[in-house]
Amino acid sequence: MKRVKKLATPPTFLSYAAVGGYEESLGPLGDAFDLCDPSDSFGQRTWESSEGEMGRSAVNIALTKAGLSHTDPELIIAGDLQNQCVASSGGVASFGIPFLGVYGACSTCTEALLLASLMSESEFSSLTVTLTTSHNSAAERQFRTPLEYGGQRTPSAQWTATAAGAFILTTREELLSDKRGLAKITEVMAGRIIDGATADGSNMGAAMAFAAADSIISFFSSSEVSPSSVDYIVTGDLGYVGSDILRDILKEKLPAAAGRHIDCGTLLYDRCARDVHAGASGCGTSASVLAAYFLPNIAAGDIRRILFLSTGALMSPSSVLQGNNILGIAPAVLIEHFEGGNNL
Amino acid sequence: MDISGQSGKKRLIKAHTPKSRHIKNLSLAFIFGGIICALGEGLLLLFKSIFDEKTALTLVSLSLIFLASLLTALGVFDRVARHAGAGTLVPITGFSNAVTSQAIDAKSEGFVLGVGAKIFTIAGPVILFGISAGIIYGVIYYLAGLLF
Repeated sequence: MKRVKKLATPPTFLSYAAVGGYEESLGPLGDAFDLCDPSDSFGQRTWESSEGEMGRSAVNIALTKAGLSHTDPELIIAGDLQNQCVASSGGVASFGIPFLGVYGACSTCTEALLLASLMSESEFSSLTVTLTTSHNSAAERQFRTPLEYGGQRTPSAQWTATAAGAFILTTREELLSDKRGLAKITEVMAGRIIDGATADGSNMGAAMAFAAADSIISFFSSSEVSPSSVDYIVTGDLGYVGSDILRDILKEKLPAAAGRHIDCGTLLYDRCARDVHAGASGCGTSASVLAAYFLPNIAAGDIRRILFLSTGALMSPSSVLQGNNILGIAPAVLIEHFEGGNNL
Repeated sequence: MDISGQSGKKRLIKAHTPKSRHIKNLSLAFIFGGIICALGEGLLLLFKSIFDEKTALTLVSLSLIFLASLLTALGVFDRVARHAGAGTLVPITGFSNAVTSQAIDAKSEGFVLGVGAKIFTIAGPVILFGISAGIIYGVIYYLAGLLF
């Protein structure tokens, strides 16, 4: 089974935007975010609506950067962590863009990029927006305890990011002809569902590490690209615990990949200065770090090629209480630098 | 380390998951719990100088519940509890926080179906099993009284 799909018409990132909250503004990438709201509320009355508004802002910024109006995109693919993905649908409703909602837990960012790539490949949409959001306050309320509840978190627990990443992908050459320094998605692979071997909802990074390892090994065994020819293998939100586990597995099974691994969950916050325990989690983590850090560097040519895998913990509060193991998933996209101009 | 199969996965998780720092957590819980209990004793002495002992004891509980509730609403309680752990959880302050924090959270969903339905989501087990234990204790106490 050849799992990696090499795209005949690789879509280009026309623009992208990262929006975050208070914790994110204090992190090492704080200045690279397009917008951070220190109140986390984005002017809304409830945290659920705040997440929608944060996503709307991210799409708006990406559209403005690309010089597009909200009537231009042919499709928007969006997902978040709230029940029934209401943050996405509520947030992008006002744009009037045809909408597909997706849920991949924290793997949503890569899942949306993968689907957007295939939408352009099939000529369903030549200008697609993808949006991924997570909001700490909305997620804590839904998955854990009330915000003001005085609990003590275990050291392996991660901090759900209040962050959004919006991306505009296109295959229209007229939009790209005058641009130099581009990032394109050239290969995609869907992830398999892998048992995380733990039912501990405070150790999701560990549970997802096995899915990340499976996807990384599968990708390099199926693609012509070798681990040594990518600059980074970027995972979504394994955090410190999950990253350690992944590197141990890679050292044994694919040593060339082990040294190239980096995790967005360890990049978003300063673990020494802030009380974030095992790093960032939530689907906004990989989306915002991709938009704020990796894509600008890939476009500039400082990073030439990354394998990007957002990692998802497939579970619900009920499934955890019922003692079911957390299931992990890690879809993958290969993102490469292109010079642009005549080199399209 | 053998990392193959389900047992290999469990070994990897165990090897890399940091353990809770029990000595630090227990010490902080002892100190913060002690402070709250000392505050309770202080209040008891104060109230006893005005009311009879039974009323004073009730007023101590009410005061601690009120204080914890107020600090929860001001967003202070969870910041302290993050370090204090069982020190703030075990006294009546923990119960107060569990109810108030849930009430604040459910407010956006309305007063009847939001606050009304969800206010005891966290405190519910404490109430249920607390009352159940009380009934069992009462029955044993009654039967023991018949025998001896």
